[in-house]
Amino acid sequence: MIAPKKRKPALLALNIASAIAGLGVWWIWSVTGENVPTPVEVARRMGELFADGTLEADILASLQRVLIGFALGCAVAIPVGFLMGWYAVARAVFEPWVQFFRTVPPLALIPLVVVLLGIGEEPKIFVIYVAAFLSCVIATFQGVVDVDRTLLNAARVLGAPTRTIFARVVVPASMPYILVGMRVGLGSAWGTLVAAELVAAQEGLGYRMQNAQIYVDRPTIFAALICIGILGLLMDRVLLLVERRATSWQERR
Amino acid sequence: MSKDIAIRGVAKIFPLKDGRFTALDDVSLDISASEFVAIVGPSGCGKSTLLNIVAGLEHPTSGEARVGGDVVTGPGPDRGVIFQQFALFPWLTVRKNVEFGLRTAGVPKAQRRARAEHFIELVGLSRFADALPKTLSGGMKQRCAIARAYAVDPQILLMDEPFGALDSLTRVRLQEQLLQTWSQDQRTVMFITHDVDEAVFLANRVVVMAANPGRIVEIIDVDLPYPRTEDVRLGAEFTALRNRVWSAVHHQEGTPA
Repeated sequence: MIAPKKRKPALLALNIASAIAGLGVWWIWSVTGENVPTPVEVARRMGELFADGTLEADILASLQRVLIGFALGCAVAIPVGFLMGWYAVARAVFEPWVQFFRTVPPLALIPLVVVLLGIGEEPKIFVIYVAAFLSCVIATFQGVVDVDRTLLNAARVLGAPTRTIFARVVVPASMPYILVGMRVGLGSAWGTLVAAELVAAQEGLGYRMQNAQIYVDRPTIFAALICIGILGLLMDRVLLLVERRATSWQERR
Repeated sequence: MSKDIAIRGVAKIFPLKDGRFTALDDVSLDISASEFVAIVGPSGCGKSTLLNIVAGLEHPTSGEARVGGDVVTGPGPDRGVIFQQFALFPWLTVRKNVEFGLRTAGVPKAQRRARAEHFIELVGLSRFADALPKTLSGGMKQRCAIARAYAVDPQILLMDEPFGALDSLTRVRLQEQLLQTWSQDQRTVMFITHDVDEAVFLANRVVVMAANPGRIVEIIDVDLPYPRTEDVRLGAEFTALRNRVWSAVHHQEGTPA
């Protein structure tokens, strides 16, 4: 759920306490169990990977894939979503495809795209693109459908022609939905990344983990995992901030 | 300046899963230019549908509505509509909301601003011109919506339970302000309400409607002098008229309470 505007200090303290407690559990676990690296080992490995440039290159490669796939997904999903919401004909044309592909996990497309697109960057970006597109298109469509009819009528009685109603009522009114869709889309794009990097990648956080698995290099797996988590969280926060700014006109409870 | 409204044999039938619903059955009504007509009736009597037909937001199944002699085919800037739910664009400030219709009409920016300024002042929202609707109270929101409707200078005001969502004090204040503006500009007003007192206090004539099917059952002239002050509201004549309208609304045959 979306956090309230001003988080109470007590709750923030609880957040921090919870995070520290988690680290503590991990640490105890790593000391008692044999197969788990300690936080210190993982931090050291992260430092090493960072020092020799591996981690930066991996992060860059992964971010690039996700951001390109995500940007393409949104760029196509938003117009398609608007068309589906606004024109019954467009909805009838697109809906079966959207509904069909929604039931297919994007990862299930990997074998197919490898056959079709080879093992370069394209199949990885394509899978991420599909994941982002599906979240975003549904949200945009829903946003347009849910535009308050009274607002459309208000614009009509003020003399607005259809294209003005679209540009100045439908687009702003569906913006909150679109931004939520983009956030969900970014989440699923990021979630598809690791598996997409299974496909003959040479670098990337997902590849780094796969590679480390072969050598049973536990600290590296942990380090890459933590990077994925932190980067995902950061990107989500950035979009949340954008969302807050862009939809600050909304009445919130 | 003002226009009259002529509603001739209007019927509106909505198809339902099981059969059909007659929202309006052969309704005819004439509202002369500069007249203030209130329409009261129980829910489901089709009063809002009738207003929407005059506004051009809905089309009658049969019959027609004419405004200034022309058959209504769609919404137009000659008819300003005030909705119960205010219908302000929440992403626009008060000023931009008021300017919306002017911008649509292609009024140049400077002129637009001046006009908006004027009507914002008229409804007493100058201090809130740059505020977003979410920061306004219900009464202020409706005042903003009224300014937005006035800004395009309609000859007719169509008001669909405009004060229904407001507390009684705010409602009385807005009623008085509405009458004050109306007495100056003499716009034709079609005012939908379920509040009998409000109808009698505001209107020249009160049209009483009944449901199943939606129809006009009685038209009551309100011969009270304007300006209608608190004295009018508390007077015996007002009470007598109010009682007449009340019984016309509430003692309809075949309507469940």
